[in-house]
Amino acid sequence: MTKVKNGSKIYIASALTFLYVPILVLIFFSFNKSKSRNLFTGFTLNWYKQLLHNDLVLNALGVTLVIAAISSICATVLGTAAAVGIQSMKKLPRLAIMNVTYIPVINPEIVTGVSMLLMFTTLRYFLNFEMGFSTLVIAHITFNLPYVILSVNPKLRQLDSSIYDAALDLGCSPRQAFFKVVFPQIMPGITTGFLMALTYSIDDFVISYFTSGTSQTLSIAIYAMTRRKVSPEINALSTLLFTVILLILLVMNLKDIKSNKKGERK
Amino acid sequence: MIKTRIVSLPYLVWMAIFIVAPLVMVCFYAFTTPDGALTFDNLSGLGRYMPVFTRSIWLAAIATVICLVLAFPLAFIISRMSESKQSMMLLFLLLPMWMNFLLRTYAWMSLLENNGLINRLLGLVHLGPFQMINTQGAVVLGMVYNYLPFMILPLYSVMTKIDNSIIEAAEDLGAGRLGVISRVLVPLSMPGITTGIIMVFVPSISTFIISRMLGGGDTLLVGDLIEMQFLGNAYNPHLGSAMALVLMVLVLLFMSLTGTSSDEEMEDMLI
Repeated sequence: MTKVKNGSKIYIASALTFLYVPILVLIFFSFNKSKSRNLFTGFTLNWYKQLLHNDLVLNALGVTLVIAAISSICATVLGTAAAVGIQSMKKLPRLAIMNVTYIPVINPEIVTGVSMLLMFTTLRYFLNFEMGFSTLVIAHITFNLPYVILSVNPKLRQLDSSIYDAALDLGCSPRQAFFKVVFPQIMPGITTGFLMALTYSIDDFVISYFTSGTSQTLSIAIYAMTRRKVSPEINALSTLLFTVILLILLVMNLKDIKSNKKGERK
Repeated sequence: MIKTRIVSLPYLVWMAIFIVAPLVMVCFYAFTTPDGALTFDNLSGLGRYMPVFTRSIWLAAIATVICLVLAFPLAFIISRMSESKQSMMLLFLLLPMWMNFLLRTYAWMSLLENNGLINRLLGLVHLGPFQMINTQGAVVLGMVYNYLPFMILPLYSVMTKIDNSIIEAAEDLGAGRLGVISRVLVPLSMPGITTGIIMVFVPSISTFIISRMLGGGDTLLVGDLIEMQFLGNAYNPHLGSAMALVLMVLVLLFMSLTGTSSDEEMEDMLI
């Protein structure tokens, strides 16, 4: 038995090595004095300074965050309403609509991106707009919507419909019954959907690449940087992003662990 | 109840305009010339690109198999840990996935270069240098590295539900280790296996970043071809649409072969 256990430990350790070594190497060379990507010539924080003065990257970061915020809020509102409405439909239309909802999830991202690019170029014959911020927001809302609906749906299914009826019997208007009774019950699903939308939006490259026009999100800026592949600023950026993600996940997990402990005490 | 249905109307309109209509346009472009005349040349012309299509399918398939072989024991080991350890391990395994996809691929670029770190280290023990970047192997490596978590997650989520006593019962009834794996573990984790296969295969077959960054000019994939028709020098959205259409049909065929698409399964695999 101990043999098996040691074997698993070694296996997990090698998996973690495989996953982390590239990132750690990237981080290590962000402190490198020269531009070399494989020869360490001395410690410096210069690349971080340059990065913080790089308007292109800072702008892109701003665009990314604004688009993520707008698109995930819109997707959450639209998607929650959609889920509630779809739930009250008959089986056949419900299945048909859910199948359409899956399309952006199932389809390769590049097909979604390309199809929206075609759509926007066609719309431009009729309407006067530039490909850029607005098309990015529309694209992000579109690919975020399914994730919101898919996270709200299970909560709606678990909901006991007699609670809603009880609220109506006790004198609530349908609107009150929804906001006072149904809404709090499906809130966890809405929050999950919102957070998923937010992360997918920040992380997206492929669909943004095809719909961004003149705007640059962080992913697109990074892509441009890797094409030029000279400056270790990109390593510095990786380090900063990795640190931020690590902190967020640690804080979230600590909360989880704490609430678990509280749960155990009960 | 009719009132409740109406709240989904904005969504339905939205999806009609931005999901259904764009896909209809892809089909339309695939079957027309720039003048708008009906044609099958775009699709029949794809024969020339057959090697690219087969290469994409082949490399994506290899990457998917490697991911499955690597992730299966990994997911099983984690699913047998104590609960608090499980969430810790999962966090560590999935953390790299939260890093920007392009940066992760870029990291391998600098490792695999001809005078990159790996070749330099090998040089210390008088080996190499090996040509690693701009090979098909590098592309497969990039796919495995980027999409491995997509295989671990669904496998893990079915495996935590497998009770230890089932495995013990199989052992008591005389199954050896291989017997336990092939006749108990694999059948019980089948839903996770199919989900994982789809979640690795679909992004692998349609990528253009990994092949561009790690594969150089000689390992073009379908994704690269499509990208070039829309944003690259080869500008021809009609041909590009035909390619996108074929890619979409390939993916749908593949998914119907593996046979997942009930509501609950989709929700499971996403959340």
